Amino acid sequence: MRGATHAKWAAGAAAVALVATACGGGAGSGGADGILSSSWGDPQNPIEPANTNEVQGGKVLDMIFRGLKRYDPKTGEAKDMVAERIETTDSRNFTITLKPGWTFSNGEPVTAKSFTDAWNYGAHVGNKQANAPFFSDIVGYDDVHPASGNPRAKTMRGLVVKNDRTFTVALKDTFSSWPETLGYQAFVPLPRVFFTDHDAWLNKPIGNGPYTVESYAKGSGMKLRRWDGYKGDDKAKNGGVDLTVYTDNNTAYTDLMAGNLDLVDDVPAQQLKNVRNDLGDRYVNQPALIIQTLVFPMYRPEWSKPGMEKVRRGLSMAINRKEITQQIFQRTRTPTKDWTSPALGRDGGYEDMCGDACAYNPAQAKKLIQEGGGLPGGKLTLTSNVDTGSHRAWMDAVCNSVNNALGRGAVCTVNPVGTFADFRNQQTAFRLTGPFRSGWQADYPLIQNFLEPLYYTGGSSNYGKFSDKRFDALVDKANRETDRAAAVKDFQAAERILAAQMPAIPLWYQNGSAGWSDRLSDVTLNQFSVPVYDQIKVS
Amino acid sequence: MPEPYENAKEAIAPTGAGGAMDLAMSEAETVRADGRGPRSLWSDAWHQLRRDPVFLVSAALIVFLVLIALWPQILTSADPLRCDLSKSQQGAAPGHPFGYDTQGCDVYTRTVYGARASITVGVCATVGAALLGSLLGGLAGFFGGWWDALLSRIADVFFGIPVILGGLVFLSVVTSSTVWPVVGFIVLLGWPQVARIARGAVITAKQHDYVQAARALGAGSARMLLRHVAPNAVAPVIVVATIALGTYIALEATLSFLGVGLRPPTVSWGIDISNAAPQIRNAPHMLLWPAGALSVTVLAFIMLGDAVRDALDPKLR
Amino acid sequence: MGRYVIRRLLQMIPVFIGSTFLIFFMVYALGDPVAALFGDKAPDPATAARIRKDLHLDQPLWKQYLLYMGAIFQGDFGTAFNGQKVTELMAAAFPVTLRLTLVAIVIEVIIGITLGVISGLRRGRPLDTGLLVLTLVVISVPTFVSGYLLQFLLGVKWGWVRPSVSSDARLDELILPGIVLALVSLAYVTRLSRTSIAENVRADYVRTAIAKGLPRHRVITRHLLRNSLIPVVTFIGADIGSLMGGAIVTERIFNIHGVGYQLYQGILRNNAPTVVGFVTILVIVFLVANLLVDLLYAVLDPRIRYA
Repeated sequence: MRGATHAKWAAGAAAVALVATACGGGAGSGGADGILSSSWGDPQNPIEPANTNEVQGGKVLDMIFRGLKRYDPKTGEAKDMVAERIETTDSRNFTITLKPGWTFSNGEPVTAKSFTDAWNYGAHVGNKQANAPFFSDIVGYDDVHPASGNPRAKTMRGLVVKNDRTFTVALKDTFSSWPETLGYQAFVPLPRVFFTDHDAWLNKPIGNGPYTVESYAKGSGMKLRRWDGYKGDDKAKNGGVDLTVYTDNNTAYTDLMAGNLDLVDDVPAQQLKNVRNDLGDRYVNQPALIIQTLVFPMYRPEWSKPGMEKVRRGLSMAINRKEITQQIFQRTRTPTKDWTSPALGRDGGYEDMCGDACAYNPAQAKKLIQEGGGLPGGKLTLTSNVDTGSHRAWMDAVCNSVNNALGRGAVCTVNPVGTFADFRNQQTAFRLTGPFRSGWQADYPLIQNFLEPLYYTGGSSNYGKFSDKRFDALVDKANRETDRAAAVKDFQAAERILAAQMPAIPLWYQNGSAGWSDRLSDVTLNQFSVPVYDQIKVS
Repeated sequence: MPEPYENAKEAIAPTGAGGAMDLAMSEAETVRADGRGPRSLWSDAWHQLRRDPVFLVSAALIVFLVLIALWPQILTSADPLRCDLSKSQQGAAPGHPFGYDTQGCDVYTRTVYGARASITVGVCATVGAALLGSLLGGLAGFFGGWWDALLSRIADVFFGIPVILGGLVFLSVVTSSTVWPVVGFIVLLGWPQVARIARGAVITAKQHDYVQAARALGAGSARMLLRHVAPNAVAPVIVVATIALGTYIALEATLSFLGVGLRPPTVSWGIDISNAAPQIRNAPHMLLWPAGALSVTVLAFIMLGDAVRDALDPKLR
Repeated sequence: MGRYVIRRLLQMIPVFIGSTFLIFFMVYALGDPVAALFGDKAPDPATAARIRKDLHLDQPLWKQYLLYMGAIFQGDFGTAFNGQKVTELMAAAFPVTLRLTLVAIVIEVIIGITLGVISGLRRGRPLDTGLLVLTLVVISVPTFVSGYLLQFLLGVKWGWVRPSVSSDARLDELILPGIVLALVSLAYVTRLSRTSIAENVRADYVRTAIAKGLPRHRVITRHLLRNSLIPVVTFIGADIGSLMGGAIVTERIFNIHGVGYQLYQGILRNNAPTVVGFVTILVIVFLVANLLVDLLYAVLDPRIRYA
């Protein structure tokens, strides 16, 4: 999330229908036209659905778009939104039928072509969309997005429009849970004007969601208003949202207290101590699909050679997670018990897999590290960017914890990197020689997303270059399962290998937090720690 | 120049490097056309300083600070890196008069140990910037012509770079847990300011009658520069340097705030201040002590500079 | 005088080229910006290669620089990663920072000179010593400390002012950030005017004026102040250039979307067009301010002649 994990794939699953029915219906009730102001950060890329991979742009997309599926903000379950049904017989060829009557806010109907055009645009290498790999499962992706050279086609063969409300998708391989990934924002439909007058669209995006963009001043703010013609059943319960860009989340919090702002969805760490005092119960702190880990550079022989698993395990046991989450984060982080997230739920695969290895035990830690041959060079250096979030504080705390446990003086030091870009370059070029921070926010609430991209051999975000044949085999097996429970079991079996090998030390689960003014009620966050704006009531 | 002024404010002499005259002259004009030679100026100054209470107090303070920078064990036997997170941000306790910081480290011990890095940065960066600046500024002022144009334009180029950009680049390329990259960066940033003062002072000194006389008597360039011009141009540089010293220590804090300053396990006031500032609501004591120590140090050096300046300026006698 | 100005203008050219290249080189040294565009996901190689090609990042440094400078001379300052033209960013940011600078300068002038005059006239007395200590403490406090402190006390605890600046950045909202920004300069203005006054107060012309029986306030305003303010005025002249350069820390704390903020965003994202574009303008402002200060000097002090 924003500062802390920096721009994660915040697929925004915001509030949905189900809650709407429970709360009674919107318009007419008191303050339904009230407008709330909320903190925002300048989106990193232009607000195109397939090019937005961080939470700030995601916030907007979540308000102005609805896709085929939508993740329930409470359970995380992917539920049909614009899709009436998604059918398959072989988990490889899917037929998607849309609900009738959906339109964009400019009146244009949402058709099958709105989806296929959008997906083809997102996949085409010439459009330089950051989320293009999300379409890589579709047949024909390699023609529009070759690894090198010029594209050989404009559209993907695997997408075929049958009629206005129906299209088919052919995947390269069986992928039983593919429909569940469709709640991700890259898969939303786009109106014609996006292609015909791109600049105008970027200046004032048009979508099919519960809000429309009234005005957008790049770099300073956006005004969104409720769209009364919205076809979904999760109509907005307020008149609109004014997003204001803040240079510093501490300033946003200060403004909230001074009464200039209604909602801050990223309470800065240094203010957490005051939150109860300042806001009383106008504050929410709940688990999100985010985990912070310390990844070992397994591409460095000194960290991956046999015996080092003991050292890695020992280091994990030298970290007093409970005290750090309490003192540094005021319990807005939860000590980890596995490599996923409690937001997945027991059925989703969250279980205590780490066991003793995640429990603070300085004596055992010291013993294990000695047995494993000690720290490489007798030193340990932790690396993270420090331009955002409170990375500096927890890194210092982790180092102190390790140093205190080992009792050998300052063997652990931190290596703060000034900018995220610089940190990313060192990380993706595999230049880091010691453990480094990794914050992972899941794209969709599936255990697969916490394991495969991060630890599978050659995985897209496997920056430690961890590689284990048994792990890979179990992941492959899980992906072939058609039964969800069986797949989860396989993933958990793979996770046990992580527990034994400890290629990354799980530190803590990150919660989403938000504080609001006394004008607001019904403020909740979804699993991606984005406020569910359409459910907020303004008095 | 963009950012630097925000913290690394140069005291005086902001006129263009091409200016014919410099503020240094009004702030610290040392040489009058009354025929006093440099030696008697210095001995005069020393005579006055010995009786100046401001000088005595500030000098004593600086000696004390240097002593604890060299041997922090004089004041504390604790280890500044020994921290107990369970005591995070707690107030004063027996044996811990200043309380604890966020990491549960003893603020008193860290304040004492912080003197070393902060004073090293301040003194070394000041000496470096003063030497480099007065050398280049002096050459530019003394020889004039294209030397002057070239050196002044180079100084302009360095002035044009925002300090934060320079800091992020320089200090993220040169990573080390010692103080030297930070010192080097501040020297790189600070020398043009000293150079301006030195240049202005040398130009003024050069025009004095006795220098002209020496030239008429056939003294060589080197002899003239070293024997007649330099001694008279040194005073304004000393004054500027003592003021700059304080701002350099404060600049180190800003660099730490931006994540590119000194790195642990180095203990410095700058690191502690930058950690404490956002916590000002929760634990003001975390900010008070290192910031107070910084202020006292800066005060001591600037008072010293003030006293030296007054002593060197006959007009104020 | 005319020849002098022309010579100085000509000398600006190499400085301009030197500093833009140095800054270009620095942003280049910060590293490849493309990886960061993909968040925590691995950059897709084909997409990343396209972006690098479009930004000329696959070219050698000198060629990137030439391409960039070529575009600048055609008025094209490039595009930030969020799709905004850098010229648009500048049009939005510079007026805000200009207003902030103005507020800071006014505060510096009024408070700084007043304190300096009082202090200079009472040289060596307790009031002077008190002000001296105060200004020194102010110098030694980093901006982010005074910024957070004043914002919290005035903006939240006592509720006197709005703790942040809205996107309009009206003048009244800029008073508090203006004070924070001015604080350090304020200390210098105070010290400069104090020294200058203290020196001039013993000058013969002041003695003459007093001997003539002129009233005290008239001596101070007409004779003393006028002659003492030359260094102060020149200091402030140069300070305009430096304050314009953007108070990165101040702007961040008070949510001001000005030059410093844009520059910092550009640096964090390694966006060469933003950083180099803004700094280029700043270098020009700085050079012109320098020249004006030098000319102003000659106007204020008739003894100085430029040839």
